[in-house]
Amino acid sequence: MTEVGRARRRKEDARLVTGRTRWTDNIQLPGMLYVAFLRSPMAHARIIRVDTGAAAAQPGVVAVFSGRDFADEQGSLPCAWPVTEDLVVPDHPPMAVSEVRYVGEAVACVVATDRYKAADALSAIEIDYEPLPAVLDMTEALTEASPRVHEAGNKAFTWRFAGGDIEAAFDGAPVVVERTYVQQRLIPSAMEPRAVVATPDGEGFTVYSATQIPHILRVMLAMTTGIPEHRLRVVAPDVGGGFGSKLQVTAEEVLTLLITRRLGRPVKWTESRSEGNLTVHHGRDQLQRVAVAAELDGRIRGVKVDLLADMGAYLMLVTPGVPLLGAFMYNGIYKMDAYDFACTGVFTTKMPTDAYRGAGRPEATYALERLIDELAAEVGLDPLELRRRNWIKHEEFPYTTIAGLTYDSGNYEAATDRAMTLFGYDKLRAEQADRRDRRDPVQLGIGTSTYTEMCGLAPSRVLGSLAYGAGGWEHAGVRMLPTGKVEVVTGSTAHGQGHATAWSQIVADALGVPFDDVAVLHGDTAVASRGMDTYGSRSLTVGGIAVLQACEKVKEKARQVAAHMMEASADDVEYTAGAFRVRGTGTARTIQEIALAVFAAHDLPDGFEPALDADATYDPANFSFPHGTHLCAIEVDTETGASRIRSYVAVDDVGKVVNPLIVEGQVHGGLAQGIAQALFEEAVYDSEGNLLTTTMTDYLLPSAADLPEFVTDRTETPATSNPLGVKGVGEAGTIASTPAVVNAIVDALRPYGVHDVRMPCTPERVWRALNGGAA
Amino acid sequence: MPRITVTVDGIRYDEEVEPRLLLVHLLRDRLGRTGTPIGCDTGNCGACTVMLDGKSAKSCSVLAVQADGCDVVTIEGLATGDRWHPMQTAFHQEHALQCGYCTPGMIMAAIDLLAEDPDPSEEAIREGLEGNLCRCTGYCNIVRAVRRGAQAMNEASEVTTS
Repeated sequence: MTEVGRARRRKEDARLVTGRTRWTDNIQLPGMLYVAFLRSPMAHARIIRVDTGAAAAQPGVVAVFSGRDFADEQGSLPCAWPVTEDLVVPDHPPMAVSEVRYVGEAVACVVATDRYKAADALSAIEIDYEPLPAVLDMTEALTEASPRVHEAGNKAFTWRFAGGDIEAAFDGAPVVVERTYVQQRLIPSAMEPRAVVATPDGEGFTVYSATQIPHILRVMLAMTTGIPEHRLRVVAPDVGGGFGSKLQVTAEEVLTLLITRRLGRPVKWTESRSEGNLTVHHGRDQLQRVAVAAELDGRIRGVKVDLLADMGAYLMLVTPGVPLLGAFMYNGIYKMDAYDFACTGVFTTKMPTDAYRGAGRPEATYALERLIDELAAEVGLDPLELRRRNWIKHEEFPYTTIAGLTYDSGNYEAATDRAMTLFGYDKLRAEQADRRDRRDPVQLGIGTSTYTEMCGLAPSRVLGSLAYGAGGWEHAGVRMLPTGKVEVVTGSTAHGQGHATAWSQIVADALGVPFDDVAVLHGDTAVASRGMDTYGSRSLTVGGIAVLQACEKVKEKARQVAAHMMEASADDVEYTAGAFRVRGTGTARTIQEIALAVFAAHDLPDGFEPALDADATYDPANFSFPHGTHLCAIEVDTETGASRIRSYVAVDDVGKVVNPLIVEGQVHGGLAQGIAQALFEEAVYDSEGNLLTTTMTDYLLPSAADLPEFVTDRTETPATSNPLGVKGVGEAGTIASTPAVVNAIVDALRPYGVHDVRMPCTPERVWRALNGGAA
Repeated sequence: MPRITVTVDGIRYDEEVEPRLLLVHLLRDRLGRTGTPIGCDTGNCGACTVMLDGKSAKSCSVLAVQADGCDVVTIEGLATGDRWHPMQTAFHQEHALQCGYCTPGMIMAAIDLLAEDPDPSEEAIREGLEGNLCRCTGYCNIVRAVRRGAQAMNEASEVTTS
C-alpha cells in the first residue's frame, strides 16, 4: 500500500499528548535573566523624559533600558515588501526613542533575575509623555486636515492594477451593483503566546523564538542588528500555532538579542496574552468599495475594487503586500471582460497589520462573494445559478483570468454539485420559502461561497515582479543513514501542520522505506540551513515537492550503486515496488542495502562519491489554486438578532491529497477562523486609540459550544503544476467560510429589506439591521 | 516565605514559595513540569488545566500556596509507564490536535467532564469544554476524541468491575 493518500495518524502527536513538548518558554539556561517590557499607554505621544533610576534599584533587577539606550544599535524593523517605488517606509525602532505611535509600543524594559521581579520593577519606571492626536479612521486620515502619524503623511502607497477595458464594461451596463464592506480588524490569537530566548553561543548567539520563519528571521536579525549572519543561529522549537502572526520580525526578538549581547547572559522574554493582543500584528482591517457591472441575465461584465487598507502605525515584514495578495483574486472563479483594482495603504495610530490566515485573499473572496449574492438578488437569480453562468467551466482549464493568473485546473461544477447534495440544497430552499410565507420569527438563510485562491507562495519570479524582497523557493535535504534510516531536512518549518507525518509519507513511497524509519528535521538554522519557512499554504506544494525531488536524486545515485552491486547496466535497473530491480530478473537491492554499501564504500562504481545524500531546491512555476463550494444554513431570530449555524457543508478541491486526516483538520480549523470573523471577532479601539479587546474575555474566540459540526468532503482535480498534483489547503477554509456565513445571514434578512450586516454579525448588529439602524 | 507540600505526578515536593506564586509557575519554572503550558492571563483559555485533588483546575488561577497538601496530576502524569491514558490515545486517533498547545488542558478538561457524565452527548461535550480554547482544530475532532475516549474508558471500567 502506498503511503501517500493514507490517513496516517501523526507522528508529532506522541510528545504533544504526553506533555514532552519543547515550547520556547520551557527553556531554562544557567544564569538566565528575564525581561519585561514597559509599553506605551498612549496612542500617539512624544517621549519627554524617561527615568529608570528607581526601577534599577529594585531587588533582583540587573538592568533597565529605554529606547535611547538602544538608539545606536537597534536599527529599524524591516519591511520586506516595498510595493511601490514611492512607498513611505517610516523608521521603526524596535524600542521607541522619541515618539510612540500606538498603544503597546515598547518604551522601556527591565531585566531581572526572575519574571515576577522584572514585572514588579516596570511600575517604577517614570516616563513623561506629551500627547499628540490619535489618528484612527482611514478616510479621515487621508484628508488634508488630519493630524499626521508620520511626517511624510498618512498615505503609505497607492497601488493599481487593471485588466481589460473597465470603462467599456461599466458604461451602459444594464445592471451595476455597488457596495462598501468593512473588513474588521482581527487578532490572530495563536494559542501559544510569543516567547524569545537569546543566549551567547561561542562566537555568536542563538535565538530561540516561537516563530514561523526561523530562516527569514536569521537573515533579518543580521541585517537589523549588524551581527553577522554566520554568528547567528535561530531555532524555532515546538511552536504553538501561527496563522501568520508569527510570520514576523518582532521588536521583542531584536531587543532580546541586543540585551543578551549587552549583558553577555541568556535572556528570556515571554509574552502575556494581554500584551500579545496589543502587540502581535493584527489582521485584515480594510474598507472595500466594490462594484460589479452585469447583463440582465447575470453575465458579469466587470468588477471594480477600491480599497483602503489600514497599515497601522508602521510597515512590518509584509504589511503593505497583504492587500495586494488579494488584488488577483477579486475576479475569483468568474469570467469577465474587465477588472480594475486600486488599493491605498493608510497609516493610523494602531498596532500594525500584517499577514493573518489567508492574507488578502479572505478579504477579496469576502467582497466578491458578497457582491455576487447581491447581484443575484438584483437580477432575480438563485445565487448558485448566477455563479454557474459566470464561472470557468472545467473543460476550459488551463484558464488565464482577467487578473492575469493561469489557473491550472479545477472543476467548480463537481464541487458545487457534491456540496448541494450533501447540504440538501433544494429542501432547505423549500423550508426557507415556507418560513418566509409563515412570517416565522426564526428565518432561515442559505449562504453560498464558491471560492478559489492563489497559494503555494510562490514563483520567485512573480514575487520579484511584485517587488517582494525574497524568493519563494523551498529547500529539502535527504540523508541516508548507514542503517537504512532516513533523515529529511526541510526548510519549511512546522507549527502544527503535520510536516513530519506528511513528509515521511512522501519519502516512504519515494525511497521504499517504512514510514517509521523517516525522521523530519526542521526549525533550526544550524540543522536546516536553507529555507523560506511556512506561510501562504506553501509547505506541501513547494517544500513537499522539494522533498520529493531530493528523493529522486537519492534514488538516481542509488540506482547506479544497485547496478554495480548486481553487476548490471544502470539502464537496466528500475525502481519498482520499493526496490531497485534488474529488469526481467528476480535480482533486487533495497535502499537499505545500498545505503550500507555506500557507507562502507569498499566497492562502489568508479568515480562515485560515497554518499547517497541529496539536496533539492524547488521553485514552483505557478501558484496553486485550490477551490471549493461552501454552503451554510443559518437560523436567525428576527426578534433578538441571534443567529445559529444549523449546517455547514464544505466541499474543497485541494488536488491530490497526501494525508486526508491532516487535510480535513486544516479545513476544520480554517472554517472555525473564517466563521469567527463573520460572527464573533473584532479588535476594537476606542476614540483615543486604546485597544479595548486586550484579553480573551473581550476578544471573542469561539469555543466548542459556539461552533457546529462541519460536514466536509472533497473533489479531486489534480494540480498540473507539480509532480504530486497537490494544492495548498492551510488557508482555504478561512478564505471560503466568512462570506458563506454572512451571505446566509443576509439571505435570511433579505425579505426585511436588509442587504448587509457588518461583521462580526453579532445579535445586536443583526437586530439593528432589522430595525433600520446602522448595521 | 510559606512552605508548602505538594504532590505532582506522584512525586512529593516541599517548597518555599512566595505567596503570590501561581501554581502553573511552580509547576513550570520550579518543578520543571513544562508539559502544562500557559495560554492567557485571564483564565479563559484553559491550556494550563491540571487535576487538583481529582478535579480540573486552571493552574494559572490557583496560587501555589492554595495547592498546599494537594495532589496535582498534569498531562505528564497521565500515562502509566508507556501506556497512554485512553483520552490521550483518543486525541491521537481522532486527530484532535494540531499545534498541540491547548491539548494538555483539553485532555484534562475532557477527563474531568467524563467524571461527571461518563457518556456525554455531542452537545454536552461542546458545553463542557467551553472553558478550553483551541485555535487549530475547529473542535470537531476534539468532540469525536472525547466520545471515543469516553467509550474506551467505559469499556475499561467494565473490564475492571466484571
